Amino acid sequence: METTAFQKIHTKVNHITKATCSLHADGVGYEEMATVNGRLAQVVKIQGDLVTLQIFSGTEGIPTNAEVVFLGHAPKLPVSDELSGRFFNAYGQPIDGGPEVDGKTVEIGGPSVNPVRRKQPSELIATGIAGIDLNNTIVTGQKIPFFADPDQPYNQVMAMVALRAKTDKIILGGMGLTNDDYLFFKNIFENAGALDRIISFVNTTEDPPVERLLVPDMALTAAEYFAAEKNQDVLVLLTDMTLYADALSIVSNRMDQIPSKDSMPGSLYSDLARLYEKAVQFPKGGSITIIAVTTLSGGDITHAIPDNTGYITEGQLFVRRDTDIGKVIIDPFRSLSRLKQLVIGKKTREDHPQVMNAAIRLYADAANAKTKLENGFDLTDYDERTMKFAKEYSDKLLAIDINIEIDEMLNTAWELLNKYFSVAEIGIKSELVEKYGKRKDN
Amino acid sequence: MSTKGKVGGIIANLVIIEVDGPVSQNEICYIKMSGVELMAEVIRIGGNNAYVQVFESTRGLKPGTEVEFTGHMLEATLGPGILSKNFDGLQHDLDKMEGIFLKKGDYTPALEDDKLWEFKPIAKKDDAVFPGSWLGEVKENWIPHKIMVPFKFEGTFTIKSIAEQGEYKINDTIAVLINTNNNEVPVSMVQKWPVKIPIKAYKEKPRPFVLMETGIRVIDSLNPIVEGGTGFIPGPFGTGKTVLQHALSKQADADMIIIAACGERANEVVEIFAEFPKLDDSRTGRKLIERTTIIANTSNMPVAAREASVYTAMTIAEYYRAMGLKVLLLADSTSRWAQALREMSNRMEELPGPDAYPMDLPAIISNFYARAGFVYLNNGKTGAVTFIGTVSPAGGNLKEPVSESTKKAARCFYALSQDRADSKRYPAIDAVDSYSKYIEYPEFQEFIRENISPDWIDDIMLAKNILIRGNEAYEQINILGDDGVPIDYHQIFWKSEVIDFVILQQDAFDKIDASTSIKRQQYMMNKVLDVYRTNLKFETFEEVNPYFKRIINIFKQMNYSEFKSEKFNKFEKELQDIINERILIED
Ligand SMILES: Nc1ncnc2c1ncn2[C@@H]1O[C@H](COP(=O)(O)OP(=O)(O)O)[C@@H](O)[C@H]1O
Ligand SMILES: [Mg+2]
Repeated sequence: METTAFQKIHTKVNHITKATCSLHADGVGYEEMATVNGRLAQVVKIQGDLVTLQIFSGTEGIPTNAEVVFLGHAPKLPVSDELSGRFFNAYGQPIDGGPEVDGKTVEIGGPSVNPVRRKQPSELIATGIAGIDLNNTIVTGQKIPFFADPDQPYNQVMAMVALRAKTDKIILGGMGLTNDDYLFFKNIFENAGALDRIISFVNTTEDPPVERLLVPDMALTAAEYFAAEKNQDVLVLLTDMTLYADALSIVSNRMDQIPSKDSMPGSLYSDLARLYEKAVQFPKGGSITIIAVTTLSGGDITHAIPDNTGYITEGQLFVRRDTDIGKVIIDPFRSLSRLKQLVIGKKTREDHPQVMNAAIRLYADAANAKTKLENGFDLTDYDERTMKFAKEYSDKLLAIDINIEIDEMLNTAWELLNKYFSVAEIGIKSELVEKYGKRKDN
Repeated sequence: MSTKGKVGGIIANLVIIEVDGPVSQNEICYIKMSGVELMAEVIRIGGNNAYVQVFESTRGLKPGTEVEFTGHMLEATLGPGILSKNFDGLQHDLDKMEGIFLKKGDYTPALEDDKLWEFKPIAKKDDAVFPGSWLGEVKENWIPHKIMVPFKFEGTFTIKSIAEQGEYKINDTIAVLINTNNNEVPVSMVQKWPVKIPIKAYKEKPRPFVLMETGIRVIDSLNPIVEGGTGFIPGPFGTGKTVLQHALSKQADADMIIIAACGERANEVVEIFAEFPKLDDSRTGRKLIERTTIIANTSNMPVAAREASVYTAMTIAEYYRAMGLKVLLLADSTSRWAQALREMSNRMEELPGPDAYPMDLPAIISNFYARAGFVYLNNGKTGAVTFIGTVSPAGGNLKEPVSESTKKAARCFYALSQDRADSKRYPAIDAVDSYSKYIEYPEFQEFIRENISPDWIDDIMLAKNILIRGNEAYEQINILGDDGVPIDYHQIFWKSEVIDFVILQQDAFDKIDASTSIKRQQYMMNKVLDVYRTNLKFETFEEVNPYFKRIINIFKQMNYSEFKSEKFNKFEKELQDIINERILIED
């Protein structure tokens, strides 16, 4: 993105706000990139010959005689196999000391896949975590975020899932990562010996927040190259999308747009959907799966960011600490994988859907029993059993430190169901009880 | 000469154009970028400036770019070939587009100009006809697709000539009409109609009264909808709006289904693409896709076209209604359409209404719902457009503009509850909060008495009552404790649970349970009410829960079995045995 000789240099800036500056210029295209005293900027508004530029790193110190150069294109990324194993900033520039990437350049934020050309996702991604594989099975081409309070180990869980998933590429889009978390990802990828199939685009807390807005598009553009052109299965990790949305609100606020709920821009849904919908299964092989993180504040999923996210993504994995067992679990109530239907009972054992639902229903009964107990009432025998079941279920299946095969998860679930409940209480189709239940009363 | 203009300003997909002649509100124009033309719609006019919303990304667009106005509003193309198609929000055929990625300005035609259709005349020479009159028909899949006098025509005409039975292309002239001024007007098999204007080619629109079977028990048995009725499904994310709409699209008793995927997930449409060609339509023995048209404007497709997509879908629905068909239109989600309006309104810096939505949102929504309905056509035949939309309330709170406006417009309310979804009680429709206003219509009640059963409406009321009393009993038990209430309370609660588990809950993913015929629904409702009416005897409250668990379990096994099959009968007998256990004690 260097200045070349024939480019016109403008030196008269009319207006400067916290995030933008405006100047008179001709022949400028919408969303075109520019530099303002060397800082990268993008066209966000054109009124006649008055062009408004958003300066990603902010306008501090920008003078009215700043040198403005229009670059003639939207933000771009060079793509080729050379991306593998590299670390980049939000602009796609190397930050690992390595050379520039040689490859064809493509504009980021490109067109959408024609829905009739998509293939229905159908390949299960096994993670070994029963809270995911058993209750919220994920598949290639899916988009799903972790919902977690900031004090939960979501980045650790996400890295673990990424490394266990059998994918060709892992692309990390880090937004507002703390330096510690950045180093954590770097180390864990290196130690796993997986660096050559990992590509990272990182904006840390030390970088200007508005720069973050480029990160997901960079990561997804790289993903599209490997998935659409090389038919690879690509897993994109986006953390933390809440910080991305915060950056959106900063920009819209500085541009005097009317905020809607929780001071988020009215276009939040469309802005997030544009990114998440890049998840796709291509017809000739190749897929993009997106696993994201949306941090919550005090577990509140009605806030505009998690709320809009939930309306867009194909489920969510709710991470919380279960104080009864002192472990972090994937909460079966608030979690959901909308694509699990495509694989459970089909690619997995036929009793999977019913066993999963039965266990969760009984877990819900345990929650009711617990409320009863807290309100000072006596528990029935059934209540007692559900509570014991819930504790063991949480420990042996919901905890994130589990790493077992899906058949084993199902067997474990049956063991617990059999240990505590009668056939009628389980309420599973009788054929399945006979075939997989291994019950003494059958 | 058509009006021309030049791009003056660009703010995302709002473009301001300086025009050199007359333009009208909602007129379509094309912005001529080098190599591609971007379609746009006028949404405001001020002096020489037309504000247009572009149905594409405006990346790279430069001021000074030339614009050509078309002189007409956004129009749907209506003719044989619409069934089984996958359109985008502007009715471009998605299958005709090349490549995996959507390309800007790739505007494919809605219908096929070259395809031959077997035309059979219905009207004859010298007949007097008017807009909407049936001139002839062609077989489109299994539907007798009527070729009508174009809706845009005005007044009465006489048929000068009409084509003989034979094969014709859509643009061939199949009739020549003479108007009152003695001018000849040719008619082909295709016509255009502006999507934002309702098609009114009918004689009368009475209150709807004919039950539309959906196979979904909590709807048919507790909150029934009618042919030509309106309903909406609000619910927080993940509570089952889309699954419910998909179930409706598979099972509902309609001649044609139009699915408008409006600003939601692409993979959900892909599910329909993948499944419908394989699934059987039990009514016709053909595949479901043969009665279905999909309008896909998913969340990653141009935002401005979201609004257009629901209007395109409604216009197609009205067109088929004018042929005397029962059309079911489903839109998921109408909130996305409202949000698209909000985005544009904000960009134009209009004075915002509640939650920054445009002030006229309630009017827009109610006008749209008003286009549904049951009609008597001019030839005495009937047709219907039933409309059911989902609503995605922010934070799951129904006190927001889209939910509130829709509640005023729609007659059926299917409230999805987070609690029910959390405890996997699907479909998560809260049967007590939900309602169908049609139950109160005397003409509907009469229809039910004559066609279903004289007791049906009373049974619905009773079932709802039991559910309400069950809730109350449950609350009492929670406040006073299991042994702080009479044993009867436990029984009342568990009898309502029987209705919940057996009638309300339904496994959308089980082959048999997914769809229940009205006959079977009635049968099961009677069984459940029998249990309710039976006075069962319990010594302690601890006996109640395990006993009803057994009853529910057997009932569920019945739901999973083919109606009146050997297995079904066996479970039914077991059920009777269990019930007898408790009646015997009484003696
Ligand atoms: N009737 C049902 N039977 C079984 N599961 C259901 C049912 N309805 C919804 N679900 C579950 O809930 C998930 C979310 O449903 P969906 O209709 O996509 O929600 P919404 O459209 O309200 O966000 C589904 O993927 C499925 O797992
Ligand atoms: Mg949905």
